[in-house]
Amino acid sequence: MADFTPWSSLLGGVLIGTAASLLLVANGRIAGISGIVGGLLRGGPEISWRALFVAGLLAGGLVLQAVAPLTIGPAVVGLPVLVVAGLLVGFGTQLGSGCTSGHGVCGVGRLSPRSLVATATFMLAGAVITFVVRHLIGAGS
Amino acid sequence: MSFVAGLLFALGLGVGGMTQPSKVIGFLDVAGDWDPSLAFVMGGALLVYAVVARLALARPAPLLDGRFFVPTRRDVDRPLVVGSLLFGAGWGIAGYCPGPALVSLASGRVSVIVFVAAMLLGMWIEQRWAAMRGERSGTLRTAAATARAAR
Repeated sequence: MADFTPWSSLLGGVLIGTAASLLLVANGRIAGISGIVGGLLRGGPEISWRALFVAGLLAGGLVLQAVAPLTIGPAVVGLPVLVVAGLLVGFGTQLGSGCTSGHGVCGVGRLSPRSLVATATFMLAGAVITFVVRHLIGAGS
Repeated sequence: MSFVAGLLFALGLGVGGMTQPSKVIGFLDVAGDWDPSLAFVMGGALLVYAVVARLALARPAPLLDGRFFVPTRRDVDRPLVVGSLLFGAGWGIAGYCPGPALVSLASGRVSVIVFVAAMLLGMWIEQRWAAMRGERSGTLRTAAATARAAR
């Protein structure tokens, strides 16, 4: 098994759960990244807490880059493929009302039926695409 | 407070391994040299959030606002499933989901800047499209109402 890191991953998960809990307990909002960013794009009210959350996210990135730069890994595919993947992720998370954080953590954590279905769906789609790319086309291995 | 939440969230993604696309692909690659680490990220997050959310939502309101803003829909519809399929495909291709992509901008790499730009464009396109659909069905509703009123 390559690079199995159960303890640091569990710790990371606890930090994510704590962050999402904080946003719910203090602000009463769901920590769904695609929903927050989508809301900023759409404009209108509810801008300030979203902008602050994204600012915190970017600042956290700078901390990681300064303290532990290896935690931010390089891309594993070329630019044209990144564009296609980015479009899919952006379009898909808006159409599907959420991503790994909003559905996968906050929705599943509240046992929302929509989020349970969404999470199972994107996990399955991700695994199928990875299988096709890595084992059928044979790229990136 | 939401700044602190965002900061903590980013650190969790980094410590957990979500900001390494190779690790994400390693998690999704169940038929290859499978690395189940990222299941521990989700497990750890759920462990905390499931308990806190249950306690918090039993209260009338959050600490800093008048009410909770929590989705209440329970129906599974086509956009939810199709959107999740498309998102999962993009996630499996590049190994980035929205949060880790934004956090990875700090590396200054052109690759992740390109990914985030495409992601924002994809979000914008869906929102435009949704607005157009909304207007169309709005027009249809108005027409139907007019027809009903005429009868």
